[in-house]
Amino acid sequence: MSDEKKLAIIATKGSLDWAYPPFILASTAAALGYETEIFFTFYGLALLKKKLNLQVTSLGNPAMPMPMPVPVIMQTLPGMQAMMSSMMKKKMKSKGVASVDELRDLCLEAEVRMVACQMTVDLFDFNTKDLLDEVEYAGAASFFEFAGESDICLYI
Amino acid sequence: MPDFNQELDASGLNCPLPILRAKKTLKGMESGEVLRIIATDPGSVKDFEAFANQTGNELMEASEEGGKYIFFIKKK
Repeated sequence: MSDEKKLAIIATKGSLDWAYPPFILASTAAALGYETEIFFTFYGLALLKKKLNLQVTSLGNPAMPMPMPVPVIMQTLPGMQAMMSSMMKKKMKSKGVASVDELRDLCLEAEVRMVACQMTVDLFDFNTKDLLDEVEYAGAASFFEFAGESDICLYI
Repeated sequence: MPDFNQELDASGLNCPLPILRAKKTLKGMESGEVLRIIATDPGSVKDFEAFANQTGNELMEASEEGGKYIFFIKKK
């Protein structure tokens, strides 16, 4: 192998906000010349779907900045999550923040390896046809093969 | 102001897009050519420094005028 630096990331979360750290770091690392692999497990698998429908929720997250205070009991009402997600996406767009789709495409373009945890794919009955064609399927041992030689290893 | 071969307007874009666009533009340039980048993200000041340090492309000049950040990067 080359003397390229390596970045290994485990992505375990599948909400709109938590989709950003792995894809921002992976795409930037790739631009800096790192060989990069992301291992997606549990809810992180949602980030590999061809058709992304990521949501954000303020429930259980009192630190989420809100345009106006909304009592928690109101936040549980039907439609609130969809509304907050669409508000968040709009805000991101207005601030020049890339969409998750865009960052993910940049990762793929930069040859970031995307590995799905086979065990959780089976556990949640994911259909591999719904996931990106570039995805590889493997388990913990294969993660360590890459991560063991990495310079930076992150659990997100 | 140094001469430049290509220009990239990354105004309005936020982290990490200015860096990623710069990387992409540099990829299509020849060694020794200079890219002028315009950005509005204040974080890009430190980030282009770090980009240059890690990739070996030379940050020849960085300046600010009227809320815009201008960078000149010479391709390795």
